[in-house]
Amino acid sequence: MLAGILFALGVAGLLVRRNLVFILMSIEIMLNAAGLAFVTAGARWAQADGQVMFIFILAMAASEVSVGLALVLQLYHQNRSLDADEASEMRG
Amino acid sequence: MNVIAFYIAAAIAIVTTLLVITRKNAVQALLYLALSLISVAVVFFDLGAPFVAALEVIIYAGSIIVLFIFVVMMLNLGKRATLAEGRLLQPRMWIGPTIFAAILIGEVAYLLARGNATAAAAHLVSPKEVGMALYGPYLIGVELSSFLLMSALVGAYHLGWHKQPKPETEDVGREYSTRIDAGRDTVRAGSSRPAGAP
Repeated sequence: MLAGILFALGVAGLLVRRNLVFILMSIEIMLNAAGLAFVTAGARWAQADGQVMFIFILAMAASEVSVGLALVLQLYHQNRSLDADEASEMRG
Repeated sequence: MNVIAFYIAAAIAIVTTLLVITRKNAVQALLYLALSLISVAVVFFDLGAPFVAALEVIIYAGSIIVLFIFVVMMLNLGKRATLAEGRLLQPRMWIGPTIFAAILIGEVAYLLARGNATAAAAHLVSPKEVGMALYGPYLIGVELSSFLLMSALVGAYHLGWHKQPKPETEDVGREYSTRIDAGRDTVRAGSSRPAGAP
């Protein structure tokens, strides 16, 4: 239940905010909510698997944030703005 | 598992997350995000998973928030940043996070003081069990996450390393092109000269 609410808040933040740093924060919130769901299920059935999955989610979140923040810096140096709509032109 | 402590921590998590996605100031939102993660860690502690609670505090609230703060501080350098820092020291900015953090500290102290009774009530999954599961049936997952972390390290290094020379050359190029525009005919004639010509 709490995980669901946190996930919904993360999705809302992802959709509402246009600042890239806030979008990354919302992704963090959603990953955290997923981890919370895993740990709660693991505690409910008294298994260690939930915590193992949480550790994997943690590793994935850490790597995702490092790459995402590097991309944000790159984008800021190119566009001089953090608006996600500014970066929507794909020329290819 | 202590139900009242769980509900208090859950309420703090929801309120701080709401505050994260509604703040305008990035630093303030980061403070609330750290508090949200810490309250989720308290929830883990209450659910009988102290190892994961410690990991959450160390990795999420420690390193990831520090990464975010570094990037936010790098993005608004300059004169405006010092003014913003002056504003950050006003009580209005930190009174909310301080209150929530104080509530969480009290809750953790209460849970620790209750001690073994709560731990026995909720089936405690010890770090030893987690480690046995992690290096037993989940060994492939560990290897895959090590791949992922390695690739993230290389990717972040590449993106950050490319950043330094690029704006410079871009700026120089833009300046040069404006100069070309200013004196178009003369420079155009010069630039179309073959490379080997004097």
